[in-house]
Amino acid sequence: MPQTIAGRIEEIIAPYLSLEGPAMPTLHAVQAAYGFVPDAAVPVVALALNLSRAEVHGLVSFYHDFRREPAGRTVLRLCRAEACQARGAERVAAHAAAALGVGWHETTPDGAITLEPVFCLGLCAAAPCGTVNERTVARLDEARLDAILEAAR
Amino acid sequence: MRIFVPGDALAASVGADEVAAALRLACPDATIVRNGSRGLAWLEPLVEVETPEGRIGYGPVAAGDVPGLLAAGFLEGGAHPRRVGPPEEHPFLARQTRVTFARCGITDPLSLAEYASLGGLAGLRRVLTMDGPAIIQDLAESGLRGRGGAGFPTGIKWRTVLQAPAHQKYIVCNADEGDSGTFADRMVMEGDPFLLIEGMVIAGIAVGATRGYVYLRSEYPHAIAVVNQAAAIARREGLLGSSVLGSAHAFELEIRVGAGAYVCGEETSLLDSLEGKRGQVRAKPPLPAVAGLFGCPTVVNNVLSLAAVPDILRPGGAAAYQALGIGRSRGTMPVQLAGNVARGGLFEVPFGMTLGELVMDIGGGTATGRPVRAVQVGGPLGAYFPPALFDTPFDYEAFTARDGLIGHGGVTVFDDTVDMARMARFAMEFCATESCGKCTPCRIGSTRGVEVLDQIIAGDTGRLGLLEELCDTMKFGSLCALGGFTPYPVMSAVRHFPEDFRPRLPMAAE
Repeated sequence: MPQTIAGRIEEIIAPYLSLEGPAMPTLHAVQAAYGFVPDAAVPVVALALNLSRAEVHGLVSFYHDFRREPAGRTVLRLCRAEACQARGAERVAAHAAAALGVGWHETTPDGAITLEPVFCLGLCAAAPCGTVNERTVARLDEARLDAILEAAR
Repeated sequence: MRIFVPGDALAASVGADEVAAALRLACPDATIVRNGSRGLAWLEPLVEVETPEGRIGYGPVAAGDVPGLLAAGFLEGGAHPRRVGPPEEHPFLARQTRVTFARCGITDPLSLAEYASLGGLAGLRRVLTMDGPAIIQDLAESGLRGRGGAGFPTGIKWRTVLQAPAHQKYIVCNADEGDSGTFADRMVMEGDPFLLIEGMVIAGIAVGATRGYVYLRSEYPHAIAVVNQAAAIARREGLLGSSVLGSAHAFELEIRVGAGAYVCGEETSLLDSLEGKRGQVRAKPPLPAVAGLFGCPTVVNNVLSLAAVPDILRPGGAAAYQALGIGRSRGTMPVQLAGNVARGGLFEVPFGMTLGELVMDIGGGTATGRPVRAVQVGGPLGAYFPPALFDTPFDYEAFTARDGLIGHGGVTVFDDTVDMARMARFAMEFCATESCGKCTPCRIGSTRGVEVLDQIIAGDTGRLGLLEELCDTMKFGSLCALGGFTPYPVMSAVRHFPEDFRPRLPMAAE
């Protein structure tokens, strides 16, 4: 019998329920499994943590990291904070947006790349920087970015 | 033979993993150690080889440089355009006083034996023979103040927690280093994680807390991995657990990952986030020292504060730490040079060096070679200083006297192409994006601030008075530093760079 989504989510979150303050590790686990926090997870998590659905929704919407929809296959995050701006981050970001034909928080129509802002990766002495999925990249310029986009297409 | 290739996030982001792979292939007999970073960011990846004459550095090295380096005899320290020489003799390192960063970049971050052989655990071993009040007395005498930005005396905070009666107390490490231009916490966690763990264990013993949490931002995946591995090793080796180093003290440590909210760097919203709530700021009082995590007395300290503790508690450490610095700013500050700077990185120095020395002498001015126009000190909530204020010494009170703050010690350099009205607008925009929404001056004020700055940028300079009033309201009416300090970058930009807030002339036709 195929497993229901609620059943699968219960399995995913089970190891975290005995922690002190389990909500954040629980939601991180859901997002790690699905790539986002499906709407169907909200009531399951709420019941398991003895919270209201509104409270769980409040968490998912408050924290920038939690997505409510799937992202593209590659998530390109570019730092927009001051130290990166001082080294041309805005110019590099404009180049990325133009090359992809998307704005911040948007995904290319083919589902390949999602462009997101990030505020500081702690690589401020090698600015501008960003992440390509789990990998951090620094000393970015237009040419390096083009190579990254090429590889992600 | 050992070759050191930093595994630090910055080095990895500029190709260190590829360099390590190339070296493994080319030198199968060598041991490749993934050390922390020395903090000479412009030379990363800074590869070091162990020779009879000591370690010799080469940087920045790309994977493609490996055959050429080998041909030049770099395994014996041979000459090559990338040769830096012995790293300790490099002026950038030779001019530092490394206390917190004494081991960072030298050791394998996950070798507890190496940590102990280079002075690690000396503080903890001494603390095991002392009682709480005596430990805190030492800490108070060192003059250590919170390195997260507020500069509150750490000894007073710990004493409050010690004296609070409770069945459970907590040590919480604030590793939510969200300020742009700062990366010292990250470097400690990635380069010398046992130092942080030792500091937290000492804090637990001092105040009677048996549980600790590291609240680590999700933007630091390398640090998350290293601190988790270090905690597992510490547990296995008896540094953590029911009997710390065989003593009667227990201390358990858990690492919790944030979720991209800047405001969680504020201690009370961090506690709410740890408890599983939205990271919203709490009204104070009660102080976290009295009613913190789950309502229990809690020490909340920044990574750098906790990382300074083991050295202070070693025999004679408090007096040695107190002897450094100026005025009421004692000890060292790990200054972080960032942004448009020729020689960026981590520069640990006793308080008192001037901003100009740091930016021009140490940092070498801008990376682009253009004149320095503005320097933001203390992250996104810090003031912009023009070169006219470069005589300001790095000291909590001296920066306050000039309407600035040193914050977490980040120094972000901008050249003369920066548009300060845009930077002021960005400060308001950032506050609007990251506001937790709890208090009105921050939640509404930041959005109104963006609008007013848009009007000013469009030429309506009559709105400058309104901007100042708005900043006053935010400064004095906000619950925490996010709304309360956003006026620093905004008003310092207006005050020191008024020419950027005047109506702009249309570009003349060429």
